[in-house]
Amino acid sequence: MVPLSYYLVLSAILFGLGVAGFLFKRNIVTIFMSVELMLNAVNLTFVTLSYAFRQLDGQIFVFFVMVVAAAEASVGLAIIIAVFRNRQTLNADEISGMKL
Amino acid sequence: MYQIFFFLFAGAAIGFAVNLLLQRHPIYSALSLIGVMASLASLYLMLGAEFIAAVQVIVYAGAIMVLFVFVIMLLNAGEEARTHRSRLVGQFGMPLVVMLLGLLASVLFRQVPPDAVVRFGDYPGQTASIGLRLFLDYLLPFEVVSILILVAIIGAVVLARKEV
Repeated sequence: MVPLSYYLVLSAILFGLGVAGFLFKRNIVTIFMSVELMLNAVNLTFVTLSYAFRQLDGQIFVFFVMVVAAAEASVGLAIIIAVFRNRQTLNADEISGMKL
Repeated sequence: MYQIFFFLFAGAAIGFAVNLLLQRHPIYSALSLIGVMASLASLYLMLGAEFIAAVQVIVYAGAIMVLFVFVIMLLNAGEEARTHRSRLVGQFGMPLVVMLLGLLASVLFRQVPPDAVVRFGDYPGQTASIGLRLFLDYLLPFEVVSILILVAIIGAVVLARKEV
């Protein structure tokens, strides 16, 4: 037996690590992977609460999150390829064309 | 026994996630992320979500991460350069992340009843009912999401195409 809160705290820790990766990593591919890590942390919360409330809607939501994550990954990586083709860099600091 | 497995996979997930942050080469980060996803799939199994665990391995650890590794190899991404151009993140980043984590943990410990526990095999085999719910109650979102995937495929092809 494991307390329910352990699962939720684990997903909070993973979410925090994802936020930290998003802030501190400078490679846009790694930043993108941190976003995927945050999505996974939220999925763990959904599945845990689906278990806690004995409701299947949480697991169905996880299914939809995965589909949207797949779409997001394909479009995002295509954008990364386009950026690399135009700028020849993957460093997020170099891509500052929209900065004031 | 069950507790040992929980702490094993939870520790593996956190360790792989920390490794994702510490590695400077994106391919090692991608491999760590695959480790996180595999550990999470085991945790889903322990929560009685067999369908989600299988989809996690097939779609996330399989398809999406293959896409990531493929792009990393295609772009020949090397070591991450050490730049310290964002002073705001350097000064306030870590304290804010720790604050977010503390806030989440305190809310969780306050809101979740302490007698709520997870027992292995307490909520088994829901795959058939997931299929029924998906095609009866959630049919419209399912179809909308399939159109979204189609749009994403077309968008990816258009974005990654060579300029003519």
